[in-house]
Amino acid sequence: MTEIRISQTQVLSEAGNPPGQGPANGAQPEASAIRTFLLSRGNSAGADRVFQWLMVLCALTIFGIVALIAMQLVYGSQLSWHKFGFSFFAWPAGFTFASIFKAVLDPNAAQPNYWDPVNGHFSALPFIYGTLVSSFLALLMAVPLAIGVAVFLTEMCPGALRAPLAFITELLAAIPSVIYGLWAVFVLVPLMREQVNPFLNKTLGWTGFFSDDNPTGLGFFSAGVILAIMILPIISSLTREVMLAVPHSQREAVLALGATRWEMIRVGVLRNARIGIVGAIILGLGRALGETMAVTMVIGNSIEIHRSLLSNGNTMASVIANQFSEASDNMHLSALVELGLALFVVTIVVNALAQLLVWAVTRGAPARAS
Amino acid sequence: MGVGIEVTNLNAWYGTNHTLQDINLNIPANHATALIGPSGCGKSTFVRCLNRMHETNPIARVTGTVRIGDLDIYNDCKPVEIRRRVGMVFQRPNPFPTMSIYDNVAAGLKLNGYSNHHVLDEIVERSLKNSALWDEVKDDLKKKSGASLSGGQQQRLCIARALAVDPEVLLMDEPASALDPVSTSKIEDLIFQLKSQYTIVIVTHNMQQAARVAEKTGFFLNGRMVEFDSTHKIFTNPSDKRTEDYITGRFG
Repeated sequence: MTEIRISQTQVLSEAGNPPGQGPANGAQPEASAIRTFLLSRGNSAGADRVFQWLMVLCALTIFGIVALIAMQLVYGSQLSWHKFGFSFFAWPAGFTFASIFKAVLDPNAAQPNYWDPVNGHFSALPFIYGTLVSSFLALLMAVPLAIGVAVFLTEMCPGALRAPLAFITELLAAIPSVIYGLWAVFVLVPLMREQVNPFLNKTLGWTGFFSDDNPTGLGFFSAGVILAIMILPIISSLTREVMLAVPHSQREAVLALGATRWEMIRVGVLRNARIGIVGAIILGLGRALGETMAVTMVIGNSIEIHRSLLSNGNTMASVIANQFSEASDNMHLSALVELGLALFVVTIVVNALAQLLVWAVTRGAPARAS
Repeated sequence: MGVGIEVTNLNAWYGTNHTLQDINLNIPANHATALIGPSGCGKSTFVRCLNRMHETNPIARVTGTVRIGDLDIYNDCKPVEIRRRVGMVFQRPNPFPTMSIYDNVAAGLKLNGYSNHHVLDEIVERSLKNSALWDEVKDDLKKKSGASLSGGQQQRLCIARALAVDPEVLLMDEPASALDPVSTSKIEDLIFQLKSQYTIVIVTHNMQQAARVAEKTGFFLNGRMVEFDSTHKIFTNPSDKRTEDYITGRFG
């Protein structure tokens, strides 16, 4: 094929019309040769159709995998679902809301046995609690920092520094979570144990949220800190993206009204990007909810609910990681799978919502482009 | 009331590109002044130097003197202060999409901490009446977003937003070039009415528009101001050959 094309190009360049003479000299043998060649190729309709189906198949693989995971989780959790029903996500048998509330508030009260593989009683309550608390702690710490980073990178950073800083921020997202976990165990946890926790206990201990003087340095708060570091790059890079999507004319409009730089960022940029920023935060939440390795290494893995954020806990992801290999009993296994199913549904919904919001700002909503 | 603008030896650069060269010009108070010229001649850069928007681009640089009223804007004050006294309307309407019509108009005042609701209501109404938009939007001032209006309405909303801070000078950078003919004629009527109260500088590549709205016209070419005179003289009896070539359509 290539050879034919080359030879025709040669024909064309040799016999091409001399400049100025125009196309009026009648016969154009080189043009008709090209035409013959092009016409002889056919329409390739068959190859096109094969290609199309191949690509459709590739795309369907994604849906197939998601569907298979969902099916497996639903199937594997049948046993637990039939036995406990909705009470799996509430308080365990023999306990009332009031008694659990008392156990949460009073550090000296006996903790209910939420998760009892020996007797076959399972309640997801402490894991739901641990997942929510550690994730929201993470958001509380990561969101202001991430927005600050994004504002600095898009609006204030000197040009030479912008690309390297943005690059490093995004590299943080590429570090495997077990590395974060290791770092937390060797650096963060001792720091929490020796400096931060005693300080929090002394200053804010009266609120009850920092009362437990946990001698290990592990717990919800440490998990929240490591999660905050892990979701920081996601939130800040997406926030940066939606801020960059705000048209320059919006910044000029605010500046022309006599705004300072901070007012320009607040009214002209953050306000216009707010839906996308909410999307970025929810995406960070999605990652925090499902994060397993680093959290398992620092949260302390005790199946209890305490008011104090310094106490040990457990999340849905960490309990699965901890117990799955040693769960021999069918009911125990099924309960773990049901936890997995709940986590799967929640993270899928949260991520879908977040993607939708980010998409609405960066690609959709053409009216904003004005 | 508006004030006059006195420009002396104004030079501006974008990076190494010398976009404005030795501009000297006196813009009279309470009149409309049009700036015409082919694309890239520096007329937009010139108006952006009048409220120090040019320097918001990190590679831009300006030298020379611009006096607005008694104020030497490059030496006596910060950019923020001068932009509160000089309103600007851009080529493409840029209302704030997340704000209601009311908040769009009040944005300049709210930004500067003005919060007296009765006065704000009055100012919003007056500004929208001044920009000939009041009758079209008065029923959904706080219900509709600024982005829900049509292009022409959006541009009049932007004019109302600029008028709400009661500027002494109103700069308009091709305010009608993105609009349809009906909206364009509304904007022109508006400029005609506003010029008794404000000093208006309007950049346009539409020579008929300059002839219709402005008393004075300046012709820019390749970063220099070729001629500045009464609009009538520029369009009927220009003293420079290049001006004549441009207005008779020989180039540009």
